[in-house]
Amino acid sequence: MKRLTSGGVPGFVIRRLLLGLIVLLMVSLVVFAATQALPGDPARAILGRSATPQSLAALRRHLHLDQPVIQQYLTWISGLLHGNLGISLAAQEPVTKLLAPKLVNSAVLVAVAAVISIPLSVAIGSWAAFRREKVFDTLSSNLLLVLAAVPEFVVAITLVILFATTVFPRVLPSISTIPPGSRPWDHLSFLILPTATLVIAVAPYVARIMRASMIEVLESDYVEMARLKGLPERTVLIRHALPNALGPVFQVIALSLAYLAGGIIVIEFVFNYGGIGSALQESVLNHDLPVVQALAMLIAALYVALNLLADVATIVVTPRLRTRL
Amino acid sequence: MIAGSGITPSSAGITAAADVPAPTVRPTSLLRRSLRLWRTRIGVIIVGGLVLLAIIGPYIAPYGPSTPVGVPNATPGGKAVLGTDYLGQDVLSRFLYGGRNILVTAFIATAAGLIVGVAIGLIAAYARNALDDVLMRIMDVILAFPQIMLALVAVAVVGPHAWVIVLAIALTTAPRAARVARGAALPVVERDFIACSEAMGVPRWRILFGELLPNTLGPLMVEASLRMTYSIGVIAALSYLGLSPNPNSPNWGTMIQENQIVLPVQPWGAVMPIIAIALLTIGTGLIGDGIARTAAGIDRARSAE
Repeated sequence: MKRLTSGGVPGFVIRRLLLGLIVLLMVSLVVFAATQALPGDPARAILGRSATPQSLAALRRHLHLDQPVIQQYLTWISGLLHGNLGISLAAQEPVTKLLAPKLVNSAVLVAVAAVISIPLSVAIGSWAAFRREKVFDTLSSNLLLVLAAVPEFVVAITLVILFATTVFPRVLPSISTIPPGSRPWDHLSFLILPTATLVIAVAPYVARIMRASMIEVLESDYVEMARLKGLPERTVLIRHALPNALGPVFQVIALSLAYLAGGIIVIEFVFNYGGIGSALQESVLNHDLPVVQALAMLIAALYVALNLLADVATIVVTPRLRTRL
Repeated sequence: MIAGSGITPSSAGITAAADVPAPTVRPTSLLRRSLRLWRTRIGVIIVGGLVLLAIIGPYIAPYGPSTPVGVPNATPGGKAVLGTDYLGQDVLSRFLYGGRNILVTAFIATAAGLIVGVAIGLIAAYARNALDDVLMRIMDVILAFPQIMLALVAVAVVGPHAWVIVLAIALTTAPRAARVARGAALPVVERDFIACSEAMGVPRWRILFGELLPNTLGPLMVEASLRMTYSIGVIAALSYLGLSPNPNSPNWGTMIQENQIVLPVQPWGAVMPIIAIALLTIGTGLIGDGIARTAAGIDRARSAE
């Protein structure tokens, strides 16, 4: 792709878009191959050893396993593009209908976590850079280093121990099961611990990159120039330093959001929160292949789209990178 | 913890700002120098202690891992120092048995992923042609799956066998390591001693692994400890999700899940493995950060000369 260099920013966007589509196409091949075309009999894997020949044959017909592999893939991918994701084997209803409310639940959770964690981590990172090597910087750097390493389900259960069961019992609910038919925002107290876990899982990365980027900007000539002009420190930091420091952070923010899509798998399970993450865990345990396929494609597509957005946003906010296009 | 997407500074495609430059010091001296930092020392002590615990734990455990010793969910005291779990098994004994599995699986998976990934990254960087593009695009495809999701899909299709989990973790570790290896090797490939070796007719594999590899070991060691941290997290999470090869085997992740419901009554069954996993990942994280800081420090000193 590096050799197709022309067209400026629109050209770059088009090239990245095409590349994203190619990656998605290959992802769909991988998902299909892994779940349906592998040697062995998916129908037997789903039904287990107790399956009768009749039920095996019926399931094979249902999954289109009696057709040639290419035909199976084309049926699956065209259904996918038309919004028809097949029928869930466990729930016996269309996958789209099954996943729609769960998708809303997960989206709310991720959105709330993103809205809280991104400004928070940008603020922490910037403040640590302004007060470099001072108490706040040392404390926050070490704390973030520790939090970045700990797996998110360990963070989640630690929060449960602290605020729901053992240390301060029943301050917050330890289980966040959203009753069917209601929306997550009807149960705000349910959202607190899962959101806090996601924020703790993501904030360290964004804050650390923000700190590094801000330190680099603060040492630059144009910030010194702004100071020498006699501008108030506040203006220098907010008008000159902050916008320039945000450039490299976009990439990490997008990656963090994409990560949240994967991180919710375990976190939703911890809190029994009915989203796509716990749906994936359930469908894996039930061998519900249509649901596994749909969720794998969904999460991968989200990941590719966010990466694309990050690359474009970085180009838009960093003019000097455009000369390399 | 960001395990799934592999958020490393160097995965920031076009923003090269956070890339770790390759320090050209011998790896042994880099390790020794990084031990001058307190964080590396603390990390080594924590990880060493837990590895030791996992190795000798089964020999000093007062009971077998699945021996019932009393009523379920008994609080500490009497025969069971840390109480009993939901089946009346001794929490301390299960805890002492439970580390081996995670450590061994995480180590094998990470090592396999790193070896494959580094080889691919070095080959891609050295090729500088269509092969580079093809290899890295394939890596992008694997990167589109969060680590835990790919492991879940693999377990869904094949079953929760140990080798499936090792393979899934290795497969998702490889592209992340490949990116770092390629990024670190690209500037080295341009240097004169590589051209010199080529002119002398040194075989390609010897250039790759005898000359490129030693000159990229700094960032690779940082990456290795980072990957180990994430692998421990994902493997513990998988057994927490109920997808370990043997459901009643003593395993820190499984223990947390089994004893989560009884937290208000008998917290120790979940608290001990939580502390262990948290300390283990913090330890590997500290080691990685120590090496990274040392490498960056050496680099800064060199550019100041």
